[in-house]
Amino acid sequence: MDLPVIGNAQAAGGCASGGCGSAPDALAHLPDHIRLKVQDHPCYSEEAHHYFARMHVAVAPACNIQCNYCNRKYDCANESRPGVVSELLSPDHAIRKVLAVAAAIPQMTVLGIAGPGDPLANPSRTFETFRQLSEKAPDIKLCLSTNGLRLPEFADEIAKHNIDHVTITINCLDPRVGAQIYPWIFWNKRRIRGEEGAAILIAQQQMGLEMLVARGVLVKVNSVMIPGVNDQHLKEVSRVVKAKGAFLHNVMPLIAEAEHGTYYGLMGQDSPTSAELQALQDECAGDMAMMRHCRQCRADAVGLLGEDRGAEFTLDKIADMDLDYGAAMAKRKEVREALVEQMAAKRGAPSTQPAMAELAPVGTRPVLMAVAAKNGLVGEHFGHAREFLVYEAAPEGVRFIGHRKVDLYCGGLDSCGEGDAEPESILDKTIAALSGCEAVLCSKVGFEPWGRLEAAGIAPNGEHALEPIEEAVTAVYREMLAAGKLAKPVAARKRA
Amino acid sequence: MALQIIAPCVNCWACVEVCPNQAIFEALPHFLVDEAKCTECLGDEAEPQCAAICPIEAAIVNELGEALNPYGSLTGIPMGKLIQLGIIRSAL
Ligand code: SF4
Ligand code: SF4
Repeated sequence: MDLPVIGNAQAAGGCASGGCGSAPDALAHLPDHIRLKVQDHPCYSEEAHHYFARMHVAVAPACNIQCNYCNRKYDCANESRPGVVSELLSPDHAIRKVLAVAAAIPQMTVLGIAGPGDPLANPSRTFETFRQLSEKAPDIKLCLSTNGLRLPEFADEIAKHNIDHVTITINCLDPRVGAQIYPWIFWNKRRIRGEEGAAILIAQQQMGLEMLVARGVLVKVNSVMIPGVNDQHLKEVSRVVKAKGAFLHNVMPLIAEAEHGTYYGLMGQDSPTSAELQALQDECAGDMAMMRHCRQCRADAVGLLGEDRGAEFTLDKIADMDLDYGAAMAKRKEVREALVEQMAAKRGAPSTQPAMAELAPVGTRPVLMAVAAKNGLVGEHFGHAREFLVYEAAPEGVRFIGHRKVDLYCGGLDSCGEGDAEPESILDKTIAALSGCEAVLCSKVGFEPWGRLEAAGIAPNGEHALEPIEEAVTAVYREMLAAGKLAKPVAARKRA
Repeated sequence: MALQIIAPCVNCWACVEVCPNQAIFEALPHFLVDEAKCTECLGDEAEPQCAAICPIEAAIVNELGEALNPYGSLTGIPMGKLIQLGIIRSAL
């Protein structure tokens, strides 16, 4: 049994656990057979989303409920938002697109159908797409996201198609809360409004969840956090769906802007702040595994999470591609095995920091830091970051907390000065999005944002450019400790 | 006896899926009802199925041009707001 010793020696000094902090632990509570199922699924495993790609195809236009955060008129190629897609595909076209993408991106492991409407309101298109794909590329996993209204009806069909991952959006258990989120549903050939409709939807969702779990299908639950409507209620949702066997609960922030034309957007409903979202996620995490790396990708997203390559694979572009599907599948197998090995190696290598040695004396206060990341490194310019990863450094180690999305502060030379939004106000918004963080790590940061960040109490730090994230966060935490900055609590700091 | 689909329609396919007479077809700029096939669902259903699922206000009208789902009836966004935003011109 001397292998671990050799491993120790080799790993010393290297970053052991990649970009996502507590990643391997997030799924640790799961039974082995479920962990095996999700280990290379980018949407479910924090670890896998660095390695594997997923795509969604927009084959399901119709919907059978109305949500107050959705506007069916909205379709804009510039917007990355769930329920919004540009190119509706027939099942045949969808299959061609999937096969083209899977040939070009061999890390592709997952095909999802999520919309733009509800997949189960378009059952023939949805299941035809799954059927054709399992025939032509049986190595690709299938998943679908649904509002759950027709789930009980299709639970057997789902189990039959070997769709092993289903996401249900469950925002409430109480019809009185539901009536504030869903103005109507279409059920039994009628439009049913208010609490009556919400009650049916809720009952169907819960029954669907139970039926899928009974059939061995993995179920993830998504919830949209709507302050003042369901925010407190979601703790109960989290508890109940876990008890019924959902394996992950993902709480996402409401996106409500007037320009989206949604009910919430127009009526001035508040979205949660990053700190509020995080607080709720933390409370729910006490109950079950939370997914914190969700980027709320749109229904036709292609690529690694957070990176949308859809524009490379539009219908006219794939029409010209000449593909060898057999070779592509063999290539995927090869790439996948290599990646699983790589992940296993990282997981197996003893970690150099967290848990091994304490980062700071026990009792030292934790610190939140934002990172402009690229490929698991502190690799992005502050002004080019579209999102920041937030990490918590504490004596016990470094932990990934979540994402904070921002508008692009710097659009590059071409667009500087002619963009429609004032760089000033975007910078203000970015700083607001980073509230609670005491440092921001990036590869570079400009002179002006530097000053403004400092003024806001967020120390800009470009000294760890291109270092692995956890190493960099650890180093900054230690620097802060050495500089005596961790001695006393920071005034007015929101809870971590 | 036929309903009509008009400009506000967003081509979302929901009505196509539920029409008992396959009377609705894909068209641009918006979907259309085949007058010869549409029965207004009489004899089939208690209410016109297309209008019962359509998410868009004022997209489906009867022979008198009256919307089956008038403005303000589906999204809960009040008329005042819709007028203020210029989505509709007056309370009709
Ligand atoms: S009224 Fe009935 S028959 Fe006519 S288009 Fe609508 S769903 Fe079809
Ligand atoms: S349901 Fe309404 S919006 Fe959708 S296609 Fe039919 S008429 Fe158009």
